[in-house]
Amino acid sequence: MERELIFIPQAWNIKFNHAAGEVGSAFFRAIIDRKEILGRRCPVCKRVLLPPRSYCERCFVQTDEWVKVGTEGTIQAFTIVYGRFKGLPDPPYAIAYVLLNGASTSMVNFVKGVDLEDLNEALKKIKIGSRVKVVFKRKREGRITDFWYELLKETS
Amino acid sequence: MKPRNIGIIGVGQTEYTTKRDDATLTEIAREATVLALEDGKIEIKDIDAVVFSLALDSLEGMESGEKWCAGAVGGYRKPFIRVHTGGTTGGSAVHAGFFHIASGLFDCILVVGAEKMGETPDAQNVLNRIFDPIYERTVAINAVNMCSFQAVRHMKKYGTSEYQMALVAVRSRKNALKNPYAHIRGEITVEDVLNSRMICYPIKLYDCCPRSTGGCAIVMASERFIRKLNKKNVAWIKGIAGCTNSYFIGDRMDGSGINDYADAEGLFLAAKGAYQMAEIKNPGKEIDFAEIYAPFTSTELAAVEALGFCERGESGIYNEKGIFNMDGRIPINPSGGVLTANPISVTALVRVAESTIQLMERAGERQVKRARTAVATGEGGSLQFYTVTVLSNRI
Repeated sequence: MERELIFIPQAWNIKFNHAAGEVGSAFFRAIIDRKEILGRRCPVCKRVLLPPRSYCERCFVQTDEWVKVGTEGTIQAFTIVYGRFKGLPDPPYAIAYVLLNGASTSMVNFVKGVDLEDLNEALKKIKIGSRVKVVFKRKREGRITDFWYELLKETS
Repeated sequence: MKPRNIGIIGVGQTEYTTKRDDATLTEIAREATVLALEDGKIEIKDIDAVVFSLALDSLEGMESGEKWCAGAVGGYRKPFIRVHTGGTTGGSAVHAGFFHIASGLFDCILVVGAEKMGETPDAQNVLNRIFDPIYERTVAINAVNMCSFQAVRHMKKYGTSEYQMALVAVRSRKNALKNPYAHIRGEITVEDVLNSRMICYPIKLYDCCPRSTGGCAIVMASERFIRKLNKKNVAWIKGIAGCTNSYFIGDRMDGSGINDYADAEGLFLAAKGAYQMAEIKNPGKEIDFAEIYAPFTSTELAAVEALGFCERGESGIYNEKGIFNMDGRIPINPSGGVLTANPISVTALVRVAESTIQLMERAGERQVKRARTAVATGEGGSLQFYTVTVLSNRI
């Protein structure tokens, strides 16, 4: 192959407008209007599902009951991201799955308010078992980023 | 249920690399196909149907890539299906090939695929989009940190350490030195792993797989077809099973300890099914080696436990004792595994292909000494889809 290889540049710039659905919209409305986090209870296994789902995949039934869960909870898993990924936020940032009081499943969001520059110092605060609270954005627009988690004072 | 006896008679792999500028995805898929047909000493006319193993279209920058590749892999005027279950794709494709033959409708199936994600600037930009757009995607989850969540739970639950994770990387790199197809070759030390750049705590650069380009194919056939061709060197499929876990990771962190995200519960259940079909009662004694889909060191630790090679929480200590080394009791990933080559569309197919090469005793320098029974796994989604395939060189 003597001749130089040819490259064909292509870019996908496709805009989507995803409907959150009736259940998703009600969840976000409660966040926007009342600063409340709502889960859905499965009529069979009684788990309170967060994120809320119109169905329980384990029992394979529709859910029909909204349950207001607490705005405090416990970290079940976390990571602190130092790698830089295209299209994702500038590092460092912390993400955690939190089991909110009254919920049966953990919900993921950013953990803010902790200095992440020194990993070992951050790991003393962000741990499995650390207690956190939900903090709502002042201007909420129906996005999961309308809230985040911050450590409760007792553990920070 | 005891299905028909089904065996693998040919394997084709290209070398795995970061990029291939000399060939398109279709041409790489064709290379693997031709190699597998030559290896099985059969012709494309002997193939009854093609199962195409292709994972995320957007990693290739090509929507419906199966359409592009069908002709290149010999699908012209044959039944053809594409399989996609994320990282599990290759494992699901092997199972689809198995079902084709087990049904009695087909005797000889080509399972083939290729991956060319080297042409996308950042795979994690794509892999972030496997997450729910309503509730999860904007929280910056990707294929690395979804495994970090599993790792921190395993560390908390069992006391697993970053040192024990590093041992997995060191062993994989060492094994890969003897695999001519491996993408990442070069010995590293535990210190190298521990001192490598933090990506998503606790996963560091050398705990991660590369993103690889390459193709893989196998030829599967019924016992009737294999006897007709008088094939002697065959990897027989003794047991298969798949299992799917919950979509949302947080459903596996409910405080109950049941279906805990720390443990690969879906893999445990799939293994149980495959072992039952293969009549394996004590996998720790009856399995000679394993090719495990584990894109991160921590993923492998949970996987060997789920496969029954040790109790839950013991994998770190087993690694310290060298039990999974090439000269240990159960060599894990003699090929170097996913940590040294991850062409996503075919990674789980490579696990079966590498197991086959070992069982045929054609693995050269990476040959496992007593290779009679193997287990090959696939894992995809957010540790959601699992496949387990048990193979043996005895019918």
